[in-house]
Amino acid sequence: MTGGSGTGQVAVIGAGMHPWGKWGKPFVAYAVAAAKAALGDAGVDWSDVDFIAGGETVRNGYGGYVAGSTIARSLGWNGARVATCYAACASGSAAVEAARTRILAGLSNVALVIGADTTPKGFLAPNAGDRWDDPDWLRFRLIGATNPAYFGLYARRRIDLYGASPADFAAVKVKNSKHGLHNPFARYRKEVAAEDVMASPVVADPLRLLDICATSDGAAAVVLASAEFANRLGVRDSVRIRAVSTVTPTFPNTIVDLPDIATDSAASVAPPAIGYRESIAAAAYEESGIGPEDLSLAEVYDLSTALELDWYEDIGLCARGEGEKLLHEGVTSIGGRVPVNPSGGLACFGEAVPAQAIAQVCEVTWQLRGQAGDRQVANAKVGLTINQGLFGHGSCVILSR
Amino acid sequence: MELAQGRVPVIEGWFTVEPPALLGRRCPACGTYMFPPTGQWCPNPRCGCDDLETVPLSRNGTVWSYTDAQYQPPAPYLPRTDPYEPFAIAAVELEKERMIILGQVADGYGVGDLSVGTRVELVVEPLESDGEAAKLVWRWRPLGEEVDQ
Ligand SMILES: [Zn+2]
Repeated sequence: MTGGSGTGQVAVIGAGMHPWGKWGKPFVAYAVAAAKAALGDAGVDWSDVDFIAGGETVRNGYGGYVAGSTIARSLGWNGARVATCYAACASGSAAVEAARTRILAGLSNVALVIGADTTPKGFLAPNAGDRWDDPDWLRFRLIGATNPAYFGLYARRRIDLYGASPADFAAVKVKNSKHGLHNPFARYRKEVAAEDVMASPVVADPLRLLDICATSDGAAAVVLASAEFANRLGVRDSVRIRAVSTVTPTFPNTIVDLPDIATDSAASVAPPAIGYRESIAAAAYEESGIGPEDLSLAEVYDLSTALELDWYEDIGLCARGEGEKLLHEGVTSIGGRVPVNPSGGLACFGEAVPAQAIAQVCEVTWQLRGQAGDRQVANAKVGLTINQGLFGHGSCVILSR
Repeated sequence: MELAQGRVPVIEGWFTVEPPALLGRRCPACGTYMFPPTGQWCPNPRCGCDDLETVPLSRNGTVWSYTDAQYQPPAPYLPRTDPYEPFAIAAVELEKERMIILGQVADGYGVGDLSVGTRVELVVEPLESDGEAAKLVWRWRPLGEEVDQ
């Protein structure tokens, strides 16, 4: 059950990104840059890669829908096995999982996992047309419930239940902006003060513009290999994947979530002992035999400042309602016991959907290798990434050195 | 005539206008409720019944959480006014059905009228207008009472 020892290990032997921003290029241009960086980092020729898994991007037409092959073609057809994975924000970890399981099964030796995206300005919106049977379309048409509206629901609940304040949320942004200052791949590298956040316009009560992550162009790639391949390559002390969690919810899922306008009913079956977001980390902890107390750092999906605090609790860093305390004690800042989002997080990157979960793995890889420069977490040994894709896609990767 | 034009549900079969009530699906085998009423199979993985009945859901509930839309949502949302006027959204827990349903908050109410635990009732109000007929949607109206959660 535990993937901790012996053979059956999958190593991360290369990591690379294209800087996040609004660059106006086709997604495949970002992808190729990230792929070449990751392959160069690994010291592996593209022609030696025997599997490519691409995170799908839905805003780039047909090429984006078949991202794995589109990227493979741009790198030059090499006969590799190919997959394209769509799991919304969790697309990247679905691609990691496809590559990991192929390697664990002995069907592949070395795989390129890649995600790249371009995004329009402003709110993410559903596919065009009259789509009366599409829940993602209906939430906009019938309720006007944008993504920030859902983030607002979680944030307002923190305020009413636990006494959180907008100043607490702003403090998350302040922390992440400090972290991201030192990340060459981050889009925003500028210190932000709490007053700046609280002076920005309200988007979805209680969240303001600077509480909510932007949308960005960007790309991230990792090269995964079997332990044997890594050894042959002479990679020493490689970063290893200890668990990947791509779980779906368990019925009844009783927390409002994107894009649904209603939860499951708990009238006939009691809700599971732990909620969906907690179950994503729990499955990865169980698979790896690693617990929250073992983490050196975490990259969590801070779509909003308030949501980062929810994740502290969902991944077991503290009890429910204590996220603010953990933040203010400095536990989750670089220099604290478990720095969260040392990369700067989505606060500094913005969201590039199919790349995001892979970017989190890149950051943890660099941190575990001690290559994170001025944002380095001292003596990092174990890192967790977590994310959640709409329509019920869990996304958590635990890595260790 | 004008009244009739003004009372067209924006989506057929999801709610009744007189009285205002959401229509859900209920599994006769295990008692699970569903909304929207489009499900064909019971979502309880241990049940699997496919002979669902359509039932009106509770018209009262308590606020699970709430927010508003200070910026105009993108299409397919159709703003009712120009310039755009923000509106509030509530996620409301139905006690009997033990489920949460999102909806806009009734006209004239905003986030200042809400907190987690506020009691609300279902109403139907115009959502959008094409100049001729106003299309109705369900909304949650605060009742000005709190319940302990
Ligand atoms: Zn049933």
